[in-house]
Amino acid sequence: MTTTTPLVLERVCQAHESDAHRHLRALLEQGLPLTPRPWQALAEQCGLEEAEVMACVDRWQDEKLIKRLGLVVRHRCLGIRANAMVVWNVPDEQVARVGQALAQESVVTLCYRRPRRLPDWPFNLFCMIHGIQREQVLAQLELLVHHHGLAEIDHQVLFSHHAYRQCGGRYAQGGSYAQ
Amino acid sequence: MLDRRLIDCYQRDLPVCPQPFQAMAERLGTSEAEVIARLQRLQALDVLSRVGPVFEHTLAGASLLAAVAVPEEERDAFAELINQAPGVNHNYAREHHYNLWFVMTAPEEQCLDERLNHLETMLGRTILRLPMLESFHIDLAFTIPWAELERI
Repeated sequence: MTTTTPLVLERVCQAHESDAHRHLRALLEQGLPLTPRPWQALAEQCGLEEAEVMACVDRWQDEKLIKRLGLVVRHRCLGIRANAMVVWNVPDEQVARVGQALAQESVVTLCYRRPRRLPDWPFNLFCMIHGIQREQVLAQLELLVHHHGLAEIDHQVLFSHHAYRQCGGRYAQGGSYAQ
Repeated sequence: MLDRRLIDCYQRDLPVCPQPFQAMAERLGTSEAEVIARLQRLQALDVLSRVGPVFEHTLAGASLLAAVAVPEEERDAFAELINQAPGVNHNYAREHHYNLWFVMTAPEEQCLDERLNHLETMLGRTILRLPMLESFHIDLAFTIPWAELERI
């Protein structure tokens, strides 16, 4: 799947949103209340009916504004701590092909193209490999390099070793410090 | 085992019905109260960030991957400043010259730029700004390798 930032679509989505729906989105970003009637609880907070909230969530799923709805796992807490961000400096004419090829690999959880920032940052393709042990992740990377003929492509591996923050995006809220 | 089954079955497709936890309980052969108690506990343990939607960031607003290079011995203090900035939803230390990596989100692009400019002033360091240009694959709802986790 390939997506670029569809600014027009974004404006269309926002134009059709009432204050109550914006409020609902901001509440949803923080997760469902864990009570027997979560949609009802959200509805009361935004001045909507329970059925309206459920219809809205269904619509946002259909429109793909909501990519998935469910349990959002912090992998690090489960022991999946060897998380490597691999960055590649791929010639521009090859980057789409290499990106699509890496995206097909089951060990690759994220794969996207970003701009170079020369001279500081020459890398234009990013992929993540989430694993339990570092040696295992490095072995998987070696297989990727071999399988896709990437030995000539300059790359670096950035393991994360501490998470200072890991939560969902906060798009709908107004921003203020110490919120 | 119920915790694992909840995670295995419901990283996506949480039911949208008046009593979703009841519907999940029926499928898993337990009670609504038990499902709610398990989810509350997993959330308290930080295993779950939340139960709810993951928004498509290209439609939901503006976001950007950012990095800064800071002295390793001052990393915690810089990370704290970054966490205090509005819109920061991921912030990791990584083994690299650019040793702090974070994602900043905002309702729209202009607001995102202003937040980054402000943070850049606070940090006194240039922020590497790396917006996503093209997504080939994003799926963090992958199957958890429980058996492998047990072996470590």
